[in-house]
Amino acid sequence: MRENDTIDITLKVWRQKGADVKGRLETIDVKNISTHMSFLEMLDVVNEDLTLTGREPVEFDNDCREGICGMCGAVINGHAHGPEKAMTLCQLHMRKFKNGATIVVEPWRSRAFPIIKDLIVDRSAFDKIIQSGGYVSMNAGGAPDANAIPISQEIADKAMDAAACIGCGACVAACPNSSAMLFVSAKVSQLALLPQGKPEAAQRAWSMVNTMDRCGFGNCSNEKECEAVCPKEISIVNIARLNREFLKASFFSTVE
Amino acid sequence: MQPDGKVPGGPLTEKWNRYRSTIKLVNPANKRKFNIIVVGTGLAGASAAATLAELGYNVKSFCIQDSPRRAHSIAAQGGINAAKNYPNDGDSTWRLFYDTIKGGDYRSREANTYRLAQLSTNIIDQCVAQGVPFARDYGGLLANRSFGGAQVSRTFYARGQTGQQLLLGAYSSLSRQIAAGKVLMFPRREMSDLVLIDGQARGIIARNLVNGEYERHIADAVVLATGGYGNVFYLSTNATSCNVGAAMHAYRKGAFLANPCFTQIHPTCIPQSGDYQSKLTLMSESLRNDGRVWVPRNQDDKRPPNAIPENERNYYLEEKYPSFGNLVPRDVASRNAKEQCDRGNGVGATGYAVYLDFKDAIKRDGKDVIAKKYGNLFDMYANIIDDDPYKTPMMIYPASHYTMGGLWVDYDLMSNVPGLFVIGEANFSDHGANRLGASALMQGLADGYFVLPYTIGPYLAGTVRPSATTDHPAFKEAADAVDTRIKSFLNNKGKRTVDEIHRELGQITWNYCGMARNEAGLTEALQRIKELQTEFWENVRVPGSADDYNLSLQKAGRLADFLEFAQVMVTDALVRKESCGGHFREESKTEEGEALRIDEEYCHTAAWEYKGSGKPPEFHKEPLVFENIALTQRSYK
Repeated sequence: MRENDTIDITLKVWRQKGADVKGRLETIDVKNISTHMSFLEMLDVVNEDLTLTGREPVEFDNDCREGICGMCGAVINGHAHGPEKAMTLCQLHMRKFKNGATIVVEPWRSRAFPIIKDLIVDRSAFDKIIQSGGYVSMNAGGAPDANAIPISQEIADKAMDAAACIGCGACVAACPNSSAMLFVSAKVSQLALLPQGKPEAAQRAWSMVNTMDRCGFGNCSNEKECEAVCPKEISIVNIARLNREFLKASFFSTVE
Repeated sequence: MQPDGKVPGGPLTEKWNRYRSTIKLVNPANKRKFNIIVVGTGLAGASAAATLAELGYNVKSFCIQDSPRRAHSIAAQGGINAAKNYPNDGDSTWRLFYDTIKGGDYRSREANTYRLAQLSTNIIDQCVAQGVPFARDYGGLLANRSFGGAQVSRTFYARGQTGQQLLLGAYSSLSRQIAAGKVLMFPRREMSDLVLIDGQARGIIARNLVNGEYERHIADAVVLATGGYGNVFYLSTNATSCNVGAAMHAYRKGAFLANPCFTQIHPTCIPQSGDYQSKLTLMSESLRNDGRVWVPRNQDDKRPPNAIPENERNYYLEEKYPSFGNLVPRDVASRNAKEQCDRGNGVGATGYAVYLDFKDAIKRDGKDVIAKKYGNLFDMYANIIDDDPYKTPMMIYPASHYTMGGLWVDYDLMSNVPGLFVIGEANFSDHGANRLGASALMQGLADGYFVLPYTIGPYLAGTVRPSATTDHPAFKEAADAVDTRIKSFLNNKGKRTVDEIHRELGQITWNYCGMARNEAGLTEALQRIKELQTEFWENVRVPGSADDYNLSLQKAGRLADFLEFAQVMVTDALVRKESCGGHFREESKTEEGEALRIDEEYCHTAAWEYKGSGKPPEFHKEPLVFENIALTQRSYK
C-alpha cells in the first residue's frame, strides 16, 4: 500500500427531491480525501459533513459494498459505475482521481427507472421482467437427483457467464435507447442453455421481451455500450442468443 | 421457565421422517385461507416465501432493499455443503451431522442438526432443477471440493459466486409466485414492529422507506428471515443494511434471544485502512489452501515483507499446529492472528494485519496455476489495497462475518412466541458455537424449502386465532410507538452522527467482545455501552424528514437496536465462563492456550428474556442432551 495521499475534489452531484420535482447539479467542494477510500466512502464522508452542517445528505443506494448485490450505481463523469472496467461503483477507489478533479455524479437515467431521490432510482421494472418468465416452473420437492442430467462443462460455463448478471441497471443507463436487452438476454440465455430451462425457452423469451417493452425500455440498436460498462462483463453474445430464442418463439411455437 | 425444544421422540435418524408422517396437515382448500408474512428475502426468506406460496398459502414478503434479489446471502463465495457423496470419498448424512456438531463445539441441538444434514441433499436437487449453474466436471456431472478443512469433498459451488446463484434461484421461484399472485411483494420496507394479539404473532408494522408511511399487515403467522447481527461490530463483512431490528422487535415482544455471544470472526479479510472505513471485504477462505500465514519474528519490524529474511519470519500457524498448519478452523486462525498483533508483531499501517504469502505456492505451481485458482481474489485485493499479491504478500486480518446466535426456536423453528417463526441466520439453531464453512447457505435453504413449509402447518391447523383486522388496538399501539421513536430522532438535533456513534459501539464490542473476552473487559464494555446508549438518545443528530427516503433516519433506528442488543450479547458472554467455538474466554483455556469447554456447567443454550427497557434480561437455560455422540475436546495440533 502506498503512502496515505489525500486529494481535494469538486463534486457536481445530482440533487432531486422526488420523481415529480425538478432536479439540479449541486457543487460541493470536498477536501482531504484519502486516496485509499472507495468512492462510496468518500460520499459517506461528504454526508457526515453535510449532516453536521445542517444540510441534507446525498441519498444513494448501496448495500454489500463488495460488488455483488447490484444495489449501488451512478454515472460518474459520463460513465456508468465510473471509468474503470468491470467494476461496480462501490469498488471504485479515489486513487483513480487526480487532485483538483471535478467529478460529476448523476443517477441512472431512463424512463423505465424513475428517480426516487438524488441518486436513487426505482428499478422495479427489472423485477417485473423476471416475474414474466425468468424462472423454471418447478415446485420445491419434486426435483430429480442433481446428477440425473449431465451438462457439459462448456454449456455450464456459458450459463454461468450469463447468470453472473447482478441486475444493477448500468446497461440501461449506458444505452442511448435505454434498452434492457443485455439484462433480459442474460437470464434468457442462462436458462435456454441449460436442459432444465429448455422446455419453457420460447415462452420465456417472448414474454420477457414483451414485458421489457411494456416497462418503457427502448430497443437494441447494437451500440454495445451495455457490454462496455457491465461490471460483470456480460457479453452481447447473449443478445444474439435472445434474438434467436425470440425468433423461434415468433415463428415456430404456439406462444400467443 | 425452561424453553422446550419440542424435539420429537424416536431414534435420531428417524425423527424427521416420523415427524413428517404424523403431523397435522392443512387441507389444501384451507391453505388458501391462511396468510403468512415473511420478512427478509435472503436464502431463507425467499425460499420460504416461494415454497409456502407453491403450497397454496397467501404470502406477503418484505425486504429492505429495492429488490428481493439483493439480500446479503448473495455475497457468499465459497459454496454449499451437501452429503451427496458424489466423489465416493466416504461422506454420509451422519458424517455431515457429526462434523457440524463437532465444528459447533457441541453447543447445538442434535435433532435440528441431524435434520439439516438429512435435507442437504434435497437442496442440491432443487437448485439444479431451478437452473443454478453449479460447477461441473468434464463428464458433465457436478463438481465438488473440500472446504474449510473438511476431510471429504462435499462442497458444491458456482465459481466464487455460490451465494449469488443460489439466491437468484430462490428469487426466481419467488418471482414466479409473485406473477401467480400468491406472493405480494413489498420491497424497500423495514419491519418496524411485531404485532401480537392475545399473545400470538399476528402482524407487523412495516415502514415504507420511500415515503415514510407506516403500513399495517395482519396474518396468521409471521416468519422472520432477517439475517444476523454482525454489524454490532460496526465493521464486518456484512452489507451495510444488515441489522438486528426485526429480532429486537420480537425480543421486546417476548421472544427469547439465544446464545447472542456466539459470533464468528472470519480469519481472511482485507484489513482496515482508515477511520472512514465502512466495511471489511472477505477474501475466500480457500486462499489458506496455498497461502502461508506469517508475521515478522521481531516486534515493530517496519521493513517491507520481501526484505525480511526467511529466518526472521514466524509461520506461527505451521509451528503451533503442525498437522493442520494454515488450515486450522476459522476461530483458531483468527485468535492466533490477534495474538500476534496484540504482541506487536502485526504488520501494515495499523499493525493489525498478518501476511498471507503465496511466494512458495507460485514457486511450486507457477503463477498461472495460482492465477487460475485465485485470480479474481487477487484482482479484488489489488484494487482495494493497490498492491500486487503475486509479488508482495497479502495482508489479512479477521473480521466479524456470521452470527450463530439469534432468536430462540424449537424443532418447528417457532420461537417461544406462538406464531412467530424464525429461519436462516436469524435463528440460533444449527451451528452451535461455531459454523463450518459452506454451511450457512445449506441452513438457509433447508429452513426455507424443506423445514418451515412442513412445520408451520401444525401451528396453523392446530391453534385458534381470534378474527381480527388491522384496526385492532394492538396495531394502533405499535404504529404509534414507531412514530414516536422516529420523531424523537428527528427532533433531537444533537451533535453526533449515527455513523460516528455506531463506530464507537463497534470499537467497544470488537475490543471487549470480539475474538477474546474476559470478565473485566466484558464488565467494562457493558458499562460503556450503557453510557453510549444514553449519549445516543441525547446527542444523535438525524437530518432530513420522515416523509421521504432518509437513510440516516433508517440507520438511527437500527443503531438504537444494536445498542440495546449489544448489552444482551455482552451479558451472555459474561455468564458463559467457558470457551467454546467462537466464544473464547481467556479465563478458560488449556495449558497450551487453546479453548477449554466446561461441559458440566455450560452444556446448554442460553435464552434471554426481555424484562423492560434499561433492565437486565432474564436468563433461561435449555439443557443440551447428546444421546448419540460423545463430547470431545477439539484438537488441531
